[in-house]
Amino acid sequence: MLNTTDIMETITMIQEENLDIRTITMGISLLDCADSDIDKSCEKIYDKIIRLAGNLVKTGEEIEAKYGIPIINKRISVTPIAMLVAVSGGDPVKYAHTLEKAALAVGVNFIGGYSALVHKGFSAGDKALIESIPEALATTTRVCSSVNIGTTKSGINMDAVGMMGKVVRRAAEITADRDSIACAKLVVFCNAPEDNPFMAGAFHGVGEPDCVINVGVSGPGVVHAALKKCPDGDLTQVADIIKKTAFKITRMGQLVGTEASKMLGVPFGIVDLSLAPTPAVGDSVAHILEEMGLETCGTHGTTAALALLNDAVKKGGVMASSHVGGLSGAFIPVSEDAGMIAAARSGDLKIEKLEAMTAVCSVGLDMIVIPGDTSAEVISAIIADEAAIGMVNSKTTAVRVIPAIGKNVGDELEFGGLLGSGPVMPVNNTKSPAKFISRGGRIPAPLQSLKN
Amino acid sequence: MKAIISVIGKDTYGILAKVSAVCADCKANIMDVTQSVLQDMFVMIMLVDISEYGCDFANLREKMDALGNEIGMKISVMHEDIFNSMHKI
Repeated sequence: MLNTTDIMETITMIQEENLDIRTITMGISLLDCADSDIDKSCEKIYDKIIRLAGNLVKTGEEIEAKYGIPIINKRISVTPIAMLVAVSGGDPVKYAHTLEKAALAVGVNFIGGYSALVHKGFSAGDKALIESIPEALATTTRVCSSVNIGTTKSGINMDAVGMMGKVVRRAAEITADRDSIACAKLVVFCNAPEDNPFMAGAFHGVGEPDCVINVGVSGPGVVHAALKKCPDGDLTQVADIIKKTAFKITRMGQLVGTEASKMLGVPFGIVDLSLAPTPAVGDSVAHILEEMGLETCGTHGTTAALALLNDAVKKGGVMASSHVGGLSGAFIPVSEDAGMIAAARSGDLKIEKLEAMTAVCSVGLDMIVIPGDTSAEVISAIIADEAAIGMVNSKTTAVRVIPAIGKNVGDELEFGGLLGSGPVMPVNNTKSPAKFISRGGRIPAPLQSLKN
Repeated sequence: MKAIISVIGKDTYGILAKVSAVCADCKANIMDVTQSVLQDMFVMIMLVDISEYGCDFANLREKMDALGNEIGMKISVMHEDIFNSMHKI
């Protein structure tokens, strides 16, 4: 029989320390739904999603009941919609409404893939889709959008960066009465992964199979609790504890993914080895860093502590899973992490420090509320900086900032649920990058892209 | 298929009897039991077979939840696989 201590450890992790499976995400290819008639195309998309994902939520609930482990979200990612717009033409927002209707019918809380991949340039459908993002996100509640504007292999498309600054601002403006919620569903990527199960950046890449199950695990609370038991160990011991804990957390993801794939008759893709925080007390990545010995997240030493955490999570997780992918790393979304919110509120955590932190973890400047008067050019420049970090370091980086229209430092936005709430953080608005952004063109791929 | 039932709470009489009665009622065959009492805290872990006699896992869990509420103990019923996958390589 199993050891009593091991059994009690697992039960404590789930019942006291918020261990859960953050998401089971079904990736669905829509390439076979493309039609030159946009209405037909939408009809095919709706039918395919219902056919493949009809049992997704029910299966998730059955697995939850069987293993007694909570599965917080059941979600869907689809082929970047810009590819379908390329074939059909017409108003891309129709696709957003189709996705919303399908998400509602199958009962998933988010559907990702209102996306375009424009890292080297725009092809048919891309510009129309990008321009329609604000309206698409404002008129739906479950659709998530992402745009990939750069890769290590191709450099950064600065024309797209320029466009995205305006799109983010516009999305904030037209949903200003709802705390600019549209921006919480929009991610601008560099090196976007094709198999990411996490929202808002999930989409189903073209290299993926027709249908696939990807799983994202969570568990900052479990890592925090494990570190609490070793208050005086050195950092080698700290890294070992995190590795062991990450292994255990990831095994849950592997088990649930294998089971879901079997029950749904869909191949199992990857486990995303991520520490994903929630605003709940005891589920914070910032608190792990503070447990390591920082007085507050954001102080000097934060980047080093996060680098250790991120690396140990990967080392522990990689052996626990047969296929690892997605974003895989510790997330630092400010509004979704109780410790980050506190540090941002007190002024100890600044956007510049967050930018440095994104160089050593997954994913980027995430869920950061910025002053409402931040110009589109400054937002574009923030995106360009973040993309440069991703491009040069061959890693995924992203920007999900929310301009708080009509508000300034000292105010807060409330998104509710897992998206949390965030204080407006100061941005360096005094000097303008407008000329740099307006130049457009492409930042060439760095030398590290030439690996052959 | 096996499940693990864990019972934690303040020690009192008849806990093992009540939990076993629910197992019998739900056709869960008890294979192993380990229990200890540490400073008034009762901790019991039970391994039960839930496939041999046609036990309905959801029903077992529901009845154990109800029993836990009734006697003021924390009872959880979880599939054995979750422990195996987490603690065995």
